[in-house]
Amino acid sequence: MSQLTVPEAGYTGYVSEEHHHDYAGDTLLGFWIYIMSDCILFASLFATYAVLSTSFAGMITPKELFDLNFVAVETALLLFSSFTFGMAMLGAQKKNMTQLMLWLGITFAMGAGFLAMELYEFWHFTHEGAGYFTSAYWSAFYALVGTHGLHVFAGMLWMVILVVHLLKDGITDTNFTRLSCLSLFWHFLDIIWICVFSLVYLMGVM
Amino acid sequence: MGAHTDTHGGAAHGSVKEYIWGLIWSVVLTAVPFGMVMAGGFENGLTLVVILLCAIAQVFVQLIFFLHMNTSSEQIWNTVSAVFIVLIVVIVVLGSIWIMNHLNHNMLMGH
Repeated sequence: MSQLTVPEAGYTGYVSEEHHHDYAGDTLLGFWIYIMSDCILFASLFATYAVLSTSFAGMITPKELFDLNFVAVETALLLFSSFTFGMAMLGAQKKNMTQLMLWLGITFAMGAGFLAMELYEFWHFTHEGAGYFTSAYWSAFYALVGTHGLHVFAGMLWMVILVVHLLKDGITDTNFTRLSCLSLFWHFLDIIWICVFSLVYLMGVM
Repeated sequence: MGAHTDTHGGAAHGSVKEYIWGLIWSVVLTAVPFGMVMAGGFENGLTLVVILLCAIAQVFVQLIFFLHMNTSSEQIWNTVSAVFIVLIVVIVVLGSIWIMNHLNHNMLMGH
């Protein structure tokens, strides 16, 4: 911490360099507030889904289509990717670039696997007669699950950009703050997925 | 020296042990509701309660083990904002379901 000293010439009263870590904390708190606002977006999508959960318009129902084995694999991919991102963060704390890149790579691969499975599922459902236009239920389903998928895609894009930053500058304070924000984002997506598989898939086949 | 107390304000750091415990709890809390629904034969009400309890428990597991949330002074604003958002989410979701159910009820039975 800084000691009490007579302000130097040119002192403006603004905190600058020596409180660098407080800026990192502010950035993370700001990003946390963004994530909280994203929760409201998902809450409105979940509410819409819940309200329309039986509006099948006489068309195909989720009970006929959902395959829990498939969803279990999707869930495992996302859950383990949350763990591997944690391992990547531990690597970053130790300034261990190899560990960071390795675990980040595994996380990316699992994210890609999840997204590929989700896209296949959407294609399969549409093929079986459950498109986004089929009924109010399916519109709500694609809006909710699709928004989560888009977030995962954004997270993966962010990962690629961050790897470019890391290769260029190494694990600097700024890059570490960026990585911490992405870590919050990625764990947040896993938490949203818990709600999706519980409320949409498990309750959908009951 | 050497004690790593730098918490970067918004996010405290974890340890391998913490992440592994988080993973184990998450796997258990995922496997139980999946297993129950896939095995079938349980009462619907009971299954519903187990699904909801496991989901809520797992959200807490992830917040604590993966996001390292706690009530320390560095984290207090994260926690306060999260509690506020939970309130808003509950109002939005439960409020919507409640109102729309009443509306459906009035539309179908009210004549």
